[in-house]
Amino acid sequence: MAARKIIVVGGGLAGLAAVIKIAEAGGAVDLFSIVPVKRSHSVCAQGGINAAKNLKGEGDTTWQHFDDTIYGGDFLANQTPVKAMCEAAPGIIDLLDRMGVPFNRTPEGQLDFRRFGGTLYNRTAFAGATTGQQLLYALDEQVRRHESEGKVKKYEGWEFLSAIIDGKGVVRGIVAMNLRTMDLQAFMADAVILATGGVGAIFGKSTNSVVCTGSAQSAVFQQGVYYANGEFIQVHPTSIPGEDKLRLMSESARGEGGRVWVPRNPGDKRPGRSIPESDRFYFLEEWYPKYGNLVPRDVATRAIHKVVYQLGLGIDGQPMVYLDLSHIDCHTLHRKLGGILEIYQKFVGVDPCVEPMKIFPGMHYTMGGLWVDFNQMTNIPGLFAAGECEYQYHGANRLGANSLVSCIFGGFVAGPNALQYASSAPAPEGDGGAAAELARQAEINKKLIENQGGENPFKLWRELGESMTEHVTVTRYNKSIKESDEKIVELLERYKRVNLSDKSQWANTSFAFARQLKNMLELSRTITLGAILRDESRGAHYKPDFPDRNDERFLKTTKASFTGSVEGPRIEFEEVDTQFIKPRARRYDVAS
Amino acid sequence: MAERTVIFEIKRQANPDAPAVWERFEIPWRHGMNVISALMDIAGNPVTADGRQTTPITYDSNCLEEICGSCAMLINGKARMACSALIDNLEQPIRIEPLTKFPLVRDLQVDRSVLFENLKRVKAWVPIDGTYDLGPGPRVYPQQQETNYPLSNCISCTCCMEVCPQFNVETGFVGAATIAQVKLFNNHPTGKVFKEERLRALAGDGGVQECGYAQNCVEACPKQLPLTTAISDIGRDVVVQKVQDWLRS
Repeated sequence: MAARKIIVVGGGLAGLAAVIKIAEAGGAVDLFSIVPVKRSHSVCAQGGINAAKNLKGEGDTTWQHFDDTIYGGDFLANQTPVKAMCEAAPGIIDLLDRMGVPFNRTPEGQLDFRRFGGTLYNRTAFAGATTGQQLLYALDEQVRRHESEGKVKKYEGWEFLSAIIDGKGVVRGIVAMNLRTMDLQAFMADAVILATGGVGAIFGKSTNSVVCTGSAQSAVFQQGVYYANGEFIQVHPTSIPGEDKLRLMSESARGEGGRVWVPRNPGDKRPGRSIPESDRFYFLEEWYPKYGNLVPRDVATRAIHKVVYQLGLGIDGQPMVYLDLSHIDCHTLHRKLGGILEIYQKFVGVDPCVEPMKIFPGMHYTMGGLWVDFNQMTNIPGLFAAGECEYQYHGANRLGANSLVSCIFGGFVAGPNALQYASSAPAPEGDGGAAAELARQAEINKKLIENQGGENPFKLWRELGESMTEHVTVTRYNKSIKESDEKIVELLERYKRVNLSDKSQWANTSFAFARQLKNMLELSRTITLGAILRDESRGAHYKPDFPDRNDERFLKTTKASFTGSVEGPRIEFEEVDTQFIKPRARRYDVAS
Repeated sequence: MAERTVIFEIKRQANPDAPAVWERFEIPWRHGMNVISALMDIAGNPVTADGRQTTPITYDSNCLEEICGSCAMLINGKARMACSALIDNLEQPIRIEPLTKFPLVRDLQVDRSVLFENLKRVKAWVPIDGTYDLGPGPRVYPQQQETNYPLSNCISCTCCMEVCPQFNVETGFVGAATIAQVKLFNNHPTGKVFKEERLRALAGDGGVQECGYAQNCVEACPKQLPLTTAISDIGRDVVVQKVQDWLRS
């Protein structure tokens, strides 16, 4: 019998992790990616990867990692998969180590670990400040090895457009578009895994890469997959605002001793390094004495917003605070944080070893995502999801350095489960729905190319991003979220008049973008409507009008399903698995 | 006061067979602009400096923080990443062209897959037994890590290949990036099991011997990889391997 064929869409950590497991188990893989997989967004992860290896004599345990993750996520994550992830994490680190990841080392040659937010343990393994890049390369190399042995076929420069779903509601393959020839093609498989990352582009500027549009998730959402906890968006406390994107300044800067502060006197005109200790307000250390600068991201982000917008203490009256490394030995900084020092130096033109960096919070991570069961399968049989595109591991707020481990673990679960599903999947009838889906996609393309009107897709996108960033990020009021929701409805209407200035059929990037934009608009309503309905504050979702967590009503997963009507997605709530750790109040200002 | 603007001249080509043309753009200046944000502005308003409607420019980009290696192009004649090319540091008009050593796809987009093929040729991976739990990897001392980590920082942007006088169809030279990866994997306690195979792959035509020591690569590398050191180390290892193979034959 021929090997079972699995399609993996997305070549970041989650996708490649799944590919390796499938190839190793004898399955055949078709791997689809918009960019060469080595250029996937996972390269942007900087600070490290969490695992309770307890190599610092602190008595760290996988249970403690589990508890920190659940508590950090404000109890919204289902506990069974999170527990499994934390238990698997030390083995994942060992595996990456064997694959040759150049992790930083102790003098004895052991893996070195550092602190990260939301924990009191040194639990984060790291390779300088480019850990995501190093991990992705390690998996990319293993996939290249399987590719050279004929077990993996890569389709780089292809964009996923939709799933092929047969008459019985089972996934049979995908339709993808060749981004050079713009040709559409149906690819059949026994199971499909989506590993397509986050949705940063919905917010216009974010720390995400250009390809992180959420387009693939939205496409299958529109085909019937539930989208869970869409309203939970992580705004990272420390990024550098830029004209084209927000550049991340890793939490590891604080893990290595970096301190966040503003001048006590709002009119202080002195350069940061000339301001004496007594005139500096280390607000995180004052407000959160136990965790200090290493409170979780949602807490740090709200504190920075409070300092800037309520206390009026932003540097020079601007929305900026200092992230200061200048008190730390320069050689140590370069050894442990080289990558981010270089980014700041190159893009801002200032040496962070000498001058405190100026930073501000920026949209960073998508906690919500495609709904999956504990086997990583969505509600459509045969369609799996892993990595940032699904919702499973981070609850209402992700802890730093948990994303890399959740991506690899998710891929490691999804791959074998997809293969197992494939081995007992019923044979498709006829063409499995391929011709019909191909025709549907061809029709969408034809309409878009021939469309007449005065709207430019890039302008619509900017309007979407500005509205979402203004109303649906750190501080949320129902009135303003509704404004954004109405804006999305308006943009969907204007999208019907999108006129492409480029109607050619060769490497037409604006055409591909216009298709992504439609999907961004459809998916963004899961964020707005989910946020409107959740009248409480939990993790990254903060409503001043509802400042407390309300477990009775909202210790629940939000599940959105597509309706296609102007009312937007239909939302229902699902119980959260809390069988191991009883929910307790989440307070980082006092000991927990 | 006249609004401050930035002038770009961009070399465009609709497809590999179409003629190349230059288009001039005048874009409002903003603080902190880079070449990518200018290309985004053009996509939002694809009109040339003389008011003619045109199309958005096709180019590769992804992370925009110089770690994914996508957006390499020639900017004022220099091979570099467009995301870290800040407008205020560039002389105007800013002339942008695609890399010249790789097959052109469209506008500023080229096909650099040759590098990934080269990495297959030299088996640029650590041959682990499997992904099941086998405990920790080999012990590595910080001194070794500090040698290997810089080599592992290669972002596959191909700038080193673009600027190399020897990297062309005649020589078939693999280029500096691949040689640096050979050094990285030959240094690894498990990866070195393929050391001889990798060196043999770099022994013949197109191998390390093609290097003409122009040293352009190390200057162009946006990640400051120690490329020339890697080439001379591997060049020496290849010679030793050749002698050993000759003695054995």
